[in-house]
Amino acid sequence: MAKNQAAYLLDFEKPLVELEMKLNEMRALDTNGVDLTQEIAELDKRVDELRSSIYQNLTRWQRVQLARHPLRPYTLNYVEALTTGFVELRGDRYYADDPAIVSGFATFRGSNYDYIDRTVLVVGHQKGRDTRQRKYRRFGMPNPEGYRKAGRLMRIAAKFGKPILCLLDTPGAYPGMEAEERGQAEAIARNLFDMACLPVPIIVVIIGEGASGGALGIGVGDRMLMLENAWYSVIAPESCSSILWRSWDYREEAARALRLTAKDLKKFGVIDTIVPEPLGGAHRDPDAAFNAVGRAAAAAMQELCTLSPETLIAVRHERLDQIGKFSEGNA
Amino acid sequence: MAWFQRKKKGILTTRNDQNNIPEGHWVKCPKCALINNHRELDGNAWVCVKCDYHYRFGAGRYFDLLFDNATYTLHDADLVPQDPLSFTDRKAYADRLRTAAQETGMNDAVRAATGNVGGHPVSMAAMDFSFIGGSMGSVVGEIVTRAIKRAAAQQMPLIVISQSGGARMMEGALSLMQMAKTSANLTRLDQMRLPYISVLTNPTTGGVTASFAMLGDINIAEPGALIGFAGPRVIRETIGQDLPPGFQSAEFLQDHGFVDMIVDRRQLRSRIVHLLDLILEP
Repeated sequence: MAKNQAAYLLDFEKPLVELEMKLNEMRALDTNGVDLTQEIAELDKRVDELRSSIYQNLTRWQRVQLARHPLRPYTLNYVEALTTGFVELRGDRYYADDPAIVSGFATFRGSNYDYIDRTVLVVGHQKGRDTRQRKYRRFGMPNPEGYRKAGRLMRIAAKFGKPILCLLDTPGAYPGMEAEERGQAEAIARNLFDMACLPVPIIVVIIGEGASGGALGIGVGDRMLMLENAWYSVIAPESCSSILWRSWDYREEAARALRLTAKDLKKFGVIDTIVPEPLGGAHRDPDAAFNAVGRAAAAAMQELCTLSPETLIAVRHERLDQIGKFSEGNA
Repeated sequence: MAWFQRKKKGILTTRNDQNNIPEGHWVKCPKCALINNHRELDGNAWVCVKCDYHYRFGAGRYFDLLFDNATYTLHDADLVPQDPLSFTDRKAYADRLRTAAQETGMNDAVRAATGNVGGHPVSMAAMDFSFIGGSMGSVVGEIVTRAIKRAAAQQMPLIVISQSGGARMMEGALSLMQMAKTSANLTRLDQMRLPYISVLTNPTTGGVTASFAMLGDINIAEPGALIGFAGPRVIRETIGQDLPPGFQSAEFLQDHGFVDMIVDRRQLRSRIVHLLDLILEP
């Protein structure tokens, strides 16, 4: 992993990694008989300081970069870590299967997180790791079939009374010609409509990128959890820059203006819980990230599974109704 | 010497008078280039008399066109947008809002009203592209939601006229969530078996198409309207080639099964009345 990390270095991480490499070199020398204990301790301290100063003051754009890190855990990594016996179910029954969304039943290992093991439906955007996989998964950008598959399986989960765990990680719905021909807008709208009234708990976790209707299309739920370095907004910063600034160069400004981080969205009441990530991002210690998500999801599930379907739906609607900021009257 | 001779040289109308000719008495048709008369267009629901091009039609005009005797009660006109993100691009959102309000006389991009349509009491919301591209932020989401709730509370059908570039970027994720909020509220009408007619006008794209605009029991589109999820420019950039003519037009959507019918604006009222009669009467 450490070697891979160096290959996918983000600009703002460079000074840190250089220092870390120096430290490793010293350690190697030390084991070869040269006594560097004092120097190593000092350098170690500097590395720690630098690490916290970099990662505890991340700008919004830096978080966007972390959310897109090529080594960041994707949906199927979470499935593997948090569940057992995952059975993928495929196809929308109308046209095709869309690999940009994966879905299936599995046993959530709730007992690992002070809860109980139970069957859940997992639905998530899936990105690819290498060029071939990325193309196959369409960079996590679903076609209408993906949303229709998700909708079909969520209705089945409702039929069998199973909670739904949605993992969001997409740069947006796929903006292609066929997607429009087959009704991208209708497919997303139908899911928003259907998810509003599913009589089972829906827990949404934004694990990476959450752009626009493409994310929301599988993202209406009872609890919104969001990883510390994930982003969620109405549009990707690049597209926002291109439209409002008429240039691709203002993505950093756009990321700032859109207020797209977990902290921002918690303030606006869009999300409920910020799930902490290991220092440096989920990819630096995936197990820690899986654990944090598992724990937060288990807590939400435990709470929601005690509610009657009627209460669940009523509260879900109330929650949505309250989102938005405006003033009323001639004030 | 000619029988007429101009004694003073140049154009005699002062620059000031030239500039003060009332605007918009004549408008050129973007499709057939015919110069249409304002008054004539007013009497023709702003449809070109020669080529049937549908000019943009504001929220207030739709209310006048659709409600019986152009009589209706407006609602929620006092909802005012805020700037929760303190959003600034090349221009501050707060300034954009102020300018848009001054230019349109509206607080935001949608209006809601109740009144009779063909004798049926109806709750209606109509979007207006002239206000920041008809984009949906918190206020639009809330007004549409209230129009839905009004329909449910008073057991009336709902009609929404959409005209929007999509969700409003300047309110970030709050805009995005309005898609979920409006769609969730539409489920009330479903459960109460109240009809919802969605009218998609030029243009209806992005987050508005991907929420309430596509969820009508009956989806009606105006001829030639641009309707889609992704904008044509984005698609062109994605696939790296030009889009076929008519792509994402109302006719394209009808061919692909996403709108029930395309209705000329001059027949829109009679068609809606007929549909309401069919649904509401035994």
